[in-house]
Amino acid sequence: MTELAANQESRHPFWDQIDQLWRNKTAVAGLIIVVVFVLVGIAAPWISPHDPVDASLYDQLKPPMWSSGGSSKHVLGTDDLGRDILSRILFGARVSLLVAMVSVGIAFCVGVILGAVSGFYKGTVDNLIMRSMDILLSFPHILLAIVMVAYLGPSLRNAMIAIGIIYIPRYARIVRGSVLEECEKDYVTASRAIGAGSLRIIFISILPNCMGPLIVQTTLGFASAILDAAALSFLGLGAQPPTPEWGAMIAQGRSMILRAWWVMTMPGIAILIAVLGFNLFGDGLRDALDPRLRD
Amino acid sequence: MFPFILRRLMMLVPTLLGVSIIVFLMLHITPGDPAELLLGERATEQALHEIREHLGLNKPLYVQYGLFLKRLATLDLGETIWTREKVWTEISQRFPATIELSVAAMLISCFFGILFGIVSATKQYSIFDYLSMIGALVGVSMPIFWLGLVLMLVFSLVLGWFPMSARLTIGIDLEPVTHFYVLDSILTGNWTALKDVLWHLFLPAVTLSTIPMAIVARMTRSSMLEVLRQDYIKTARAKGLPQSTVIFKHAFRNALIPVVTTIGLQFGILMGGAILTETIFAWPGVGKWMFDAVMKRDYMVIQGGTLFIAGLFVLINLVVDVLYAVINPRISVQ
Repeated sequence: MTELAANQESRHPFWDQIDQLWRNKTAVAGLIIVVVFVLVGIAAPWISPHDPVDASLYDQLKPPMWSSGGSSKHVLGTDDLGRDILSRILFGARVSLLVAMVSVGIAFCVGVILGAVSGFYKGTVDNLIMRSMDILLSFPHILLAIVMVAYLGPSLRNAMIAIGIIYIPRYARIVRGSVLEECEKDYVTASRAIGAGSLRIIFISILPNCMGPLIVQTTLGFASAILDAAALSFLGLGAQPPTPEWGAMIAQGRSMILRAWWVMTMPGIAILIAVLGFNLFGDGLRDALDPRLRD
Repeated sequence: MFPFILRRLMMLVPTLLGVSIIVFLMLHITPGDPAELLLGERATEQALHEIREHLGLNKPLYVQYGLFLKRLATLDLGETIWTREKVWTEISQRFPATIELSVAAMLISCFFGILFGIVSATKQYSIFDYLSMIGALVGVSMPIFWLGLVLMLVFSLVLGWFPMSARLTIGIDLEPVTHFYVLDSILTGNWTALKDVLWHLFLPAVTLSTIPMAIVARMTRSSMLEVLRQDYIKTARAKGLPQSTVIFKHAFRNALIPVVTTIGLQFGILMGGAILTETIFAWPGVGKWMFDAVMKRDYMVIQGGTLFIAGLFVLINLVVDVLYAVINPRISVQ
């Protein structure tokens, strides 16, 4: 009996959260999709049946395997240049993964620093930073991304920068709120009393305590970054041909929508599954890590 | 209430100034000569000289910004490169199409979103609840430009039920009164046109409504679930009130507050989504016009359109805040 009690006491709350997450079936489904997506992104060169940019005059607009006229050589069919759609989708996972990591990375780093500074120093600095965040939020976010890329010039790199910038306020707001709350607690006063510097207090003492909501936001951020990057590429403002990017593939398939429905449909399904995975996992994480954020 | 609205209006000033600074600076951090960017590559020396004089491009940046604000105050957003029309005139011509599409999308998403949300909450953990919540999650995970194309493929190209593009069939006369085609056809009693307008509106509006519908459904469900757990609902049930009265009169009215905020915010976000939807369905609104301008690098249009949409977005958020205070008396007391 005492052993059991001792065991329960020594158990870190982290394991309870993992347990809760594991019991949530939809979250586990999301996690599986995310893991598969990441593995596909990494292993694309080895698992793709064909070269994603290799055009073949003899294989133009071949339908998927299960349609009449399709063959197992091109499981999901080919596009108008005879490129294998499955291979392009597998490589597309790599592009989407890269875009999501870079843009969410930019937003995370800048947002966390701005939010921490804002919440820790308060006063004028806080006002200045948070009002700038409000201004960024005064634009519908996809519009701001489109306009930024319009000025910077269309390319995948600029799309990643634009998406990164428009996501900054999300992280800044979360961190600022948590820092403001944590600053009032005794452990921060204690760190101050033993002479810890501001940077040490912010990054070593306070920030680890705000990780829950940040992890949730990052997972959901991946989902929206994949969607937004696809939208920009669809409009011709992100990845440029012949890069196998899902949004750009949809745009390319648009002109032959009736002749070859698969060219446009398959990449859309890929986006849907990847984004759904991150959303499911993110929702599960939110329930487990941060009950306050539940909608 | 009045001081709250006044305070909220005052906060509008710095926000709008901030928006104008961002839009103003974008042109100046873009590599290249602003005058050339604005007039395009084919501009003559004479024209370049004139625009430099007019916009004060030779003066210090803060003077240029001052001039920029001065022009904004008189709604002078410049001229487009391609048609030489006033940007403001072009916006006002296209704006009704965008609003009509957004309102239609919003009506669809509110109706179905709230309906699914309520049914899911009252039948929590039922098969309907699971299906509609999975549906909602799929809805927010879907690229709407792809959904639009799939709907177009199935319902216009294969089944032929709906048109692929435009607002009205060529040949059908509609007397413009407000430029909102649905309103115009009702006002003039032109039922043939009304049918045609709604027929054209259907696919783009459904496409645009997906994401807000999913978000409204999720919000309604969670808000209803919270309210349904309250003691006064138990009391209402204990009194023997019929289920419908408990749900709609007691629970839904209280659950509505966060839902209204969500709906308001979605309306602003629709303005962004409209760019994608309008481009796919060749809907002649502000969104498609902006996209065309991005493709043609018409920076006057991009600048004017961005200011306009952002301004509208800020105003909508203001209205949402005020509405929120109106339906939730606790806010105005604070």
